[in-house]
Order: sequence, then structure tokens, then C-alpha cells
Amino acid sequence: MAPRVYQTEAVVLRQRRLDDAGKICVLFTPDFGRIEAVAKGVRRPRSKLAGHLEPLTRVSLLLAKGRSLDIITQAQALDSFTPLREEIERLSRALYVAELVDRITDTAPDVGGLYRLLVGTIERLGATEALDLAVRWFEMRLLMEQGYQPNLERCVRCNAELALEGNGFAALAGGVVCPGCCDAPGSRPLSGAAFKLLRYMQRRPFSEVARVRIDAMLGRELEVHLRQAVQAVLDQEVKAGEFVDAVRATSPVAAQRSGGR
Amino acid sequence: MSSRPLVTAPPVARLIEAFHRLPGIGPKSAQRLAYHVLRTPRVEAEALAAALVDVKDRVRLCSRCQNVTEQDPCGLCSDAVRDQGLICVVEEPLDTLAVERAGVYAGLYHVLHGALSPMDGVGPEKIKIRELVERVRRGDVREVILATNATMEGDATASYLVRLLQPFGVAITRIARGLPVGADVEYADEVTLGRALRQRVPVEMEEGAAVEGGEQ
Repeated sequence: MAPRVYQTEAVVLRQRRLDDAGKICVLFTPDFGRIEAVAKGVRRPRSKLAGHLEPLTRVSLLLAKGRSLDIITQAQALDSFTPLREEIERLSRALYVAELVDRITDTAPDVGGLYRLLVGTIERLGATEALDLAVRWFEMRLLMEQGYQPNLERCVRCNAELALEGNGFAALAGGVVCPGCCDAPGSRPLSGAAFKLLRYMQRRPFSEVARVRIDAMLGRELEVHLRQAVQAVLDQEVKAGEFVDAVRATSPVAAQRSGGR
Repeated sequence: MSSRPLVTAPPVARLIEAFHRLPGIGPKSAQRLAYHVLRTPRVEAEALAAALVDVKDRVRLCSRCQNVTEQDPCGLCSDAVRDQGLICVVEEPLDTLAVERAGVYAGLYHVLHGALSPMDGVGPEKIKIRELVERVRRGDVREVILATNATMEGDATASYLVRLLQPFGVAITRIARGLPVGADVEYADEVTLGRALRQRVPVEMEEGAAVEGGEQ
């Protein structure tokens, strides 16, 4: 018989209400991928689990096999990513990242790459000033990790070699189209600077990408392209994206935060 | 329709079904409640029915604090003894009862009817944020106390409100967080314990210091 309890590390992606005091936690684990588990009694003030299971916490868990959902019996926070909780700019981006992972993963075991990417990105969002660039880099890596790497080498429609300027980004077609194919469905104009940066993000670690200085307009263009690419893969809207926009709309320093240093 | 003979009379079945739709009521409890109603005197059943209809007909939201009320403005908002310059912002109507039970607050409330939940698509326009900003804009408010839940959603809502309310120049405070009465330090999470330590208060003047800290 398989053991009734098991241990795992996890990042809490989100929670939803179960009954009066219980919640269901959506967890992303390095060993089992995305799983859902019951946390009993966490809405009571004296719950021993509650503070350890807030969304965006990296946590060490002991779970008991349940009939349908497993039950969290012990939880110890390993990292609560406190800076995220203190600044809404950081929090909104981290929620967006968590929602992407929640939506893109199914129950298939993760090889560990996506887990490291998630933890690394959440950590980074607590420290970096280039918040939006960190999210863009995450989106690019997520697409690559899931096998949807945008094709930036040749026109995805006619296979022509690409010049730097005059191209379009066609999220649904999975990459860049040449000037002659810009009538492809969903194609949007791609500036030379954005094209260069997309290529750079595909090849370089974040530490190098973060050194690139980008202005608000370029940041916005990249955001549109990569969000489209992610949504094309998910085939559904990412709700937290609206929240990022709402937070940015109220921010006096948004423009400085969007780009690199 | 099934061909099985009816075990339960249809009116009783309808009542069971209605109770079953209430939160926390399973099929067995629903049956017990329905048969209980069946056995109670007619007046009691009528009182229950009337009470149900009344809450739908006569209860609405207070135009000032958005709490559920029968008269507008609600009893709390029209109470002249309460401090009209203080607004305590809470997520749900039941939260006002909890704060009232604490017995230390004598200002007004604002009920948001929810918290920002970005991943569920609950954005600022879905809860009563606009109404709060309007109240603060109209003036007479000295301090806004953010008493949303100490959860990710509650914190997100609080920091979003800080953004919106700062331009009006009112004092904005967040209720303190620390160990609940009866809790063990051993089981406390690092966020709670960290804040409890950073926002610690001198023992001999605990009450005064806490109030002072809150007004900074």
C-alpha cells in the first residue's frame, strides 16, 4: 500500500473558500506539478496553518492522502517573500506570474525547471526595480519551457530571412512575420528595438537583460506582444493582467519601474 | 420524471431543496429542518416566511457606509455620538459586528463588500471603492483605518486604497497584526511574528503607545 502521508515543497499559487473555515490551496510543486489540497480551519484566527499558506509563499508541507483532494496536515513557510506584500507594484506582478503558472500547468509532473523559474521570478519581483522586464523575461521563459518558444529567426509564414525593421509579431502563428506577411491574422507591428530585445531575452539570463535600458513605450510594446503570445497558448484571458494595469494607472513612478536600470 | 412512487410529498421536497441550497446545509440537515418546520405551529412558520421576505424587501445598502440597513442612512452613520471624522474600512458587513464587539471603536464604517482578488477577476470597480473615495473627497474625514483581512487579498486592497486616498491628505492607518490571544509563538508564521516584533510596544504603556503609533 502506498504511504498515506507524503512531504513536498510547494509555492502556494492561490486559495479559494471551501466551507466555513476551510480553504482549498492551489499548489505548485517540484515533484507533482500543480496540485490542489485542502487546508482545514485556516480562516480561524488561531489556525496553525493559516499564515504559512497565504498565496505567494514557498512552503514545506506534509500532506495526507484524501479520497478526492489531499489534506494539508503540517505547513512551514520557507519564504514568505515579504517585500511583495509590502508594495502593490511588486504584488500585482507576482500575482500575474502565479496566475500564468496556475493556468498553464496541469497535473502532469513538472521536471523542476518551471518550479525553479517560478521561485526565481517571485524572488526577483521582491528585489528588482525592473519589475515589468522581469515579468516579460518570465513570460518568454515560460513559453520556452512549455515548448512554445516564439520563432524569431525566420518568418513563420513564408520562412524568409528577417530584417530588423518592418516586421510584425503574430502571436497566433507563433512568432515573427516578415513585411510581406504582415497581413497574417493577429499580426501587430514589431519595432526593431522590441525585436532585438525579444531575441536577447530568449538567449540571455535576466541579469544581462536587466542591464538594457528601455523606455516606457518599448516596455508597453513588449508587454502587448508577450501577453498576446501567452494568451494564444492559454487560449484564455489572464485576469491578473487587468490588475497590473489598474495598479500602474494609479502609480506616480510606473514609468521608472517598467524598464531596466 | 422517474417512475418511482413519491416518498416525500412535493411541497416538503421543495422545502428540503430550498434548505439544501443554504450554505453549510447538507441533504440530511435539510431534511431535518424541513420536517421540523412541518411540525411547528403555523404562526412560527409564517413568522419565518415573513422574515425571509422582509430581508429581501426592506434591507438595502446605506448610502454612506454601504452597510446593510433598513433606514438610510443607517443607525451607525446617523448616531451623533460617534466620531464622524473616523472611517474604518472593512471587507464584509459581518466585519463591522466583529469590530463593534471589540468595544474600542466609536467611529464610522465603510463596507467594501469584498476584497480585490486579481486572479478571480475582482478588480477595483467590482467593490465599493469608488464610494469610499467619494466620501473622503467630500471632506470631514480625519483618518481612514484600513481593517481589511490580513490575507493577500486584504493586503492588496489596503495598499491599493492607500494609493487612491493619499492625495486627499487624510491620515491612513492599517490595523496592527500580531499574535492572536491564545496563540503559540512556536506556530506563528514569519510574517506575523516579524511584524509583531517590528511594531512592538513598551509594556508599561501599552494602550497609550498603541494609539499613538496608530496616529502617526
